[in-house]
Amino acid sequence: MANDPIKQFEITRIVPLENVAGLDLSFTNSSLFMVASVAAASAFLYFGSANRGLVPSRLQSMAELSYEFVASMLRDAAGTQGMRFFPFVFSLFMFVLFANMFGMFPYFFTVTSHIIVTFALAMLVIGTVVVYGFMKHGLKFLGLFVPEGVPGYLVPLVVLIEIISFLSRPISLSVRLFANMLAGHITLKVFAGFVVSLGALGAAGVAGAILPLIMVVAITALEFLVAFLQAYVFAVLTCMYLNDALHPSH
Amino acid sequence: MFVTAAIAAEAASEGEKVFPPFDSSTFASQLFWLAITFGFFYWFIAKVISPRIGEILETRQDRIAGDLDMARDLQEKADEAHAAYEQELAQARTTAGEIGQKARDKAKAEAEAERQKVEAELATKLEEAESRIASIREKAMAEVGSIATDTTAQIVDQLIGTSVTKAELTKAVGAARG
Repeated sequence: MANDPIKQFEITRIVPLENVAGLDLSFTNSSLFMVASVAAASAFLYFGSANRGLVPSRLQSMAELSYEFVASMLRDAAGTQGMRFFPFVFSLFMFVLFANMFGMFPYFFTVTSHIIVTFALAMLVIGTVVVYGFMKHGLKFLGLFVPEGVPGYLVPLVVLIEIISFLSRPISLSVRLFANMLAGHITLKVFAGFVVSLGALGAAGVAGAILPLIMVVAITALEFLVAFLQAYVFAVLTCMYLNDALHPSH
Repeated sequence: MFVTAAIAAEAASEGEKVFPPFDSSTFASQLFWLAITFGFFYWFIAKVISPRIGEILETRQDRIAGDLDMARDLQEKADEAHAAYEQELAQARTTAGEIGQKARDKAKAEAEAERQKVEAELATKLEEAESRIASIREKAMAEVGSIATDTTAQIVDQLIGTSVTKAELTKAVGAARG
């Protein structure tokens, strides 16, 4: 089926490496767009900062803007101490942003539309929080689950809720990004499919196709917003979780 | 994963392919390449980009702070120069006032001296005139005696037709004049 809205998420092998220590590590279209996102983001930031101009050029001010955007986000959420995680948050934000934006090109693969990718990134964040939290605060890090000022008899219940909410963080963080990208691209594809199907029905069909066409244009604009917004949300939540690792007491 | 398995089973029963995001056969490859690409990207950001842009921003901040400091210094200097100018102006004004006052005083003193000189001259002239008048009057008065004597001699001569001696006349006139 030519306009199967799911086809765009299929992974195809480009360089098959089907049995490396029993694992299929083929270089796929997904890998290609990971490489492309990283290459584009790296090139943008590298050439943007190459001139080190006191008065920035356009490219340089865009690179500076991204830097300061993430830096202020992290500083607001986690304080000056949080700045040690700046490279981590910055690379996460830029990676997700570029992957999302690459996904907006027709025929391009959206890396972040696969749950395993977003889940891996989310686990990276939570793993960093847990490891750093225990390293920095030892067992005091567990104080994260015991909010202050809670009456004694409520503590077990609150701790249970806190633990569940903590465990659900990687899931909500990854599913939010994954589902937004997936749903957006499916919607686009479905409406675009309507345009093609109706257009094939002759003059009346072409006239009727105008409405879904307008929808496609509008949803494309919306999807650009979502692509940015989800990268932003991912980064903001990362900052907030990192703040827990830095300051575990509520 | 339960959901994945359920969907995979459902898809398999319909003889179709698994919904791609839940196709666990691609997970290893995706994780592997994600680790490589994101790992590189993190390293690149941490080692190259972040220090570089951080340095650019810091340099700019320093430069701006430096420029502001310099502007403040220059402002202070300008204020000082202005104050010095004001002070000098005030001093010049005072000096000018003093000079004017001195000139005025000098002119006044000169005028006063001139006036006194003229007055003194006038006074001496007045005295001279008075003394001359006095001498003239004295002379006249002295002559009054002889005129009176002559006149008396004539009157006596006319009235009684006798001539009186000059000594008698002088004595009589002197007695009459007191």
